[in-house]
Amino acid sequence: MASQQVTTRRIAPGLKARIAPTLAVVLGALGLLGVLWQAFGAGFGEKGNVPTFILITLNGLTLAGLLFITASGLTLIFGLLRVTNLAHGALFLLGGYLGLTFIQKGVPWLLAALLAMLATGVVGLVMHQLFLRWNQGQDLRQALITIALSLILADQMLAHFGATPTAIVPPDFLASPTNLGVYSLAYPTFRLAMLVGALVVGLLFWLVIKRTRVGMVMRAGVDDSAMTSALGINVQLVFAGAFFVGSALAGLGGVFAGTSYSLAPGQDQAFLVYALVVVILGGMGSLGGAALGALLYGLVDQYSSAYLPAAYANLSALLTFVLLALVLAVRPTGLFGKTR
Amino acid sequence: MNEGWMSRALSLGGRGALAVVLAVVALVPVLCSTFFTSQVGLTSLSLGIVAVSLTFLSGYGGMVSLAQTALFGVAGLITAKLTVDAGWNGWVAALVGVLAATAVGVLFGAISSGSVGIYFLVITLAFAEITYFFFAAVPTFGAHEGINQAKPPAPLGDPVLHPSAMYYFMLVVSVLVFLGLRYVSRTAFGLALQGVRDDPVRMAALGYNVRLHRTLGFALAAPVAGIAGVLSTWSNTRISAGSISLAVAILVLTAAVIGGLNKLAGAWVGAFVYTICDTYMRGWTDRFATYLGVVFLVIVLVSPGGIVGVLTSAGTWLRRRVGAGDVPGAGTSGRPGPLAEPATPVPVTGGQSA
Repeated sequence: MASQQVTTRRIAPGLKARIAPTLAVVLGALGLLGVLWQAFGAGFGEKGNVPTFILITLNGLTLAGLLFITASGLTLIFGLLRVTNLAHGALFLLGGYLGLTFIQKGVPWLLAALLAMLATGVVGLVMHQLFLRWNQGQDLRQALITIALSLILADQMLAHFGATPTAIVPPDFLASPTNLGVYSLAYPTFRLAMLVGALVVGLLFWLVIKRTRVGMVMRAGVDDSAMTSALGINVQLVFAGAFFVGSALAGLGGVFAGTSYSLAPGQDQAFLVYALVVVILGGMGSLGGAALGALLYGLVDQYSSAYLPAAYANLSALLTFVLLALVLAVRPTGLFGKTR
Repeated sequence: MNEGWMSRALSLGGRGALAVVLAVVALVPVLCSTFFTSQVGLTSLSLGIVAVSLTFLSGYGGMVSLAQTALFGVAGLITAKLTVDAGWNGWVAALVGVLAATAVGVLFGAISSGSVGIYFLVITLAFAEITYFFFAAVPTFGAHEGINQAKPPAPLGDPVLHPSAMYYFMLVVSVLVFLGLRYVSRTAFGLALQGVRDDPVRMAALGYNVRLHRTLGFALAAPVAGIAGVLSTWSNTRISAGSISLAVAILVLTAAVIGGLNKLAGAWVGAFVYTICDTYMRGWTDRFATYLGVVFLVIVLVSPGGIVGVLTSAGTWLRRRVGAGDVPGAGTSGRPGPLAEPATPVPVTGGQSA
């Protein structure tokens, strides 16, 4: 399937292919220049726009961290199993609500986050074993199954946790703002911790994939699961593990989002769309791509809502999709998408 | 002799059932309350038309699109804008709206035609979100408020108090859309589109332009979705960005899947079943969406052909059963026995093993 897509795109006429990337690069550069002018045009003093710029950049970076945690699970599952888990958003929200429930029962934040991750991972694993495993290869049918499951999960969460937006209280040691040391700025410590969490997740992924035998099997499975299976490796076990870890990451994302933003019905679909955009930006199945995609998405989202002229400010939600279109115009399979 | 008589009777029975269904559907405004006609009748007809644009794409082009509601919204919002704010004639405004939806559809189709399967689904999901955010943000189209008082042209009357005229109009449009799409599927283009669905590489090798066929298929389904948007706007006398949110796109997909994703008639069946459950089940359960999800799940898992698929196979089963009862073995004549079928190949990937 994927190879056909690439071949049909490769034969596209040369002229058209050259206009689109040029346009995309010019537009991207103009956007960046606009942001820099807004940020530094008024000088570097206390009265200038630099303090705001720093805060907005941090907002973008921490949002990117959250998006990376969520999207890495989605891209891991897609890379290995070729399943687009459209219930990923529902698992994300489930993780958040479970974390909230544990914390309300008196469990400390870190343990609650861990428990929520495990529980979400188990739900994802059960979903895979019951509904998806025997449909391996029928990607559209699997996508429809995950849509149906997300409808059920979303409605059940509405029934159990209500429609009122709620938020998780951050742990005590992360509750007070951190002093940044420049322009006497302070920033919520928890948001910074979210960024650190994303870096830890990324680093762990990198170490496991590049340095361990499990990672080697995973890379082999991504490249050719049939051949890996023929070499005597239990690919089904690897698949199940990937689904567990991917779903657990969705749950962790939900706990982070519930603490730094809020939990409400509808967040599941919103974050599913964000994660999908991030994953397509980076190239489906690529973890490095998910990181870069999350970074681009987070920064474009925050800069556009802050720096667009007031008359167009309500178009900022659209700009992340414009970013998607620009990237796909240059690289149809995403930034790090495989062209095989 | 006996067998021929039997199958003729059965096929007559099938046609008779179809005629009864059509007669009942045509008599709805006479037999049923105004509430039923407007709430269930009008809603399921417009939902059916937008669903059939998806069923056509999926059944004949292999493209499961979530962008049909976006085209629905383009046509509906433009028509409402032109009639309410610019005071245009309703028919002209509707024509402009449907043409605009077609133009957007050509653009969407051209961009997404290089992708297949799940990639296509995800790209069209992005289109749906872009359109939704656009209409939700732009004040010209009323943003989240939407456009109210978008009444249908005078001959169609008041769709809320006297829905009969609107109902018959939408019924005629539905039948025309059905016949039109069925005709298209039997033309040379329709056959080539099905070839592209089944084996794009072979079709490309035979000299067919695969992307062009997919784009044209999408462009053909676009005005159908647009017509549904106009009709829905008229029958509700309003439309807003909320009418084309992702939840609605998934709802249309749900209705199409419940009816059957590969038979055109399935779209209306699914739309009717969905609408009637939506109207009456909410009264006795708060967990309507859960039941809907379970039905969706069961249909995808057990019968990918949906309700229409189940009915068709039940009809085949009945025909064979009754035929076999009359003349021993007659029902299976002409079909290869179970032994004649080739053995299922053993899957090499670990994927299929239990």
